[in-house]
Amino acid sequence: MAERRRRIRSFEWSTAIIASLSLAAGIAVYVRDGADKALAILTKDLQLLVGMLPKMAAGCLIAAFVTRLLPREVVARVVGSESGLLGLFVAMMMGAVLPGGPLTIYPVAAAFLVLGADVGTAVAFITAWNLLGYNRALIWELPFFGPEFVGWRILIALPLPILGGLLARMASRFIVKRGGSDQWT
Amino acid sequence: MDLITVISVVIAILLWLLVGVLALIAAMRSKALFREGAFEGGRDFVVLIPRVMIGVVGSGYLAAILPPDLIAAWIGPNSGFIGILIATIIGAATPGGAVVGFAIGAAALKSGAGAPQVIAYSTAWSLYTIQRLLNWEIHMMAPRFVWMRAAVSFPLPILAGLGALLLGKP
Repeated sequence: MAERRRRIRSFEWSTAIIASLSLAAGIAVYVRDGADKALAILTKDLQLLVGMLPKMAAGCLIAAFVTRLLPREVVARVVGSESGLLGLFVAMMMGAVLPGGPLTIYPVAAAFLVLGADVGTAVAFITAWNLLGYNRALIWELPFFGPEFVGWRILIALPLPILGGLLARMASRFIVKRGGSDQWT
Repeated sequence: MDLITVISVVIAILLWLLVGVLALIAAMRSKALFREGAFEGGRDFVVLIPRVMIGVVGSGYLAAILPPDLIAAWIGPNSGFIGILIATIIGAATPGGAVVGFAIGAAALKSGAGAPQVIAYSTAWSLYTIQRLLNWEIHMMAPRFVWMRAAVSFPLPILAGLGALLLGKP
């Protein structure tokens, strides 16, 4: 827990960069389009945020409980470093079916890493959620692009989570060989 | 309520059902386990709120000042591999948020961008938009894992774009 708190504080600069970029963009909108437009965007985004909060809270709680309830040995066996291609495939299927947004997915992926999942399966999981997640494709992508485009895009993306997982395993082996740490949590 | 709101509510309900099941299992194992889980989950949530707020409000303003015409001009159907590469980089630079990348991708497609380029763009935006890495992922996972994941994911949108180019679809 102490480690986690330190991690959050040490990357405060990233929040600062985003905050200043956002502020600059907000001022630009205000100057270009006036106060009404700037306020309209703010109201819309705050509504979006309020809609996100319940899912975000659920994601944090799921991650906290999963870390405590899932036995390490099971995670290590199913998606650990010895899990091979099958582990990548399992991670890919999990990523494609798990509901929720990035606020659910990253805590869960982090929890799996703590429990002994290997970096390849964690990358395959995140890649699959991003590219194959039905939730996202259905809610956000389909209205913009239509079924034919989305269908082809998903078909083309099918091998990518496995490929990303294999690349991550290679990268982690390379880093460890060069004397780097194999700690990814 | 429109369909999207309904789906969103259903997903929230499913997630909370999952929370309920997990909390129940934890409580049955031991009270301490339940308390620890609830406390840590709640604390993570509270710590994340201001960061996510900046991210959500910020991406709204960033999207409003982006020049869509310029984006469409760079990634037309005849731009080939270079267009795919450009689309990948623009995808990474496009702010996160739920719809920004899809909205711009669809607009670009309508104003003459090529399908392989748009696939590379939306894949890059989905996998490693810089703003989402900095806003969300880095708070929830170890920074070196985040950078490693972004690095190994770099070629994936290019491969997706090339795949679409070779298939001649969509």
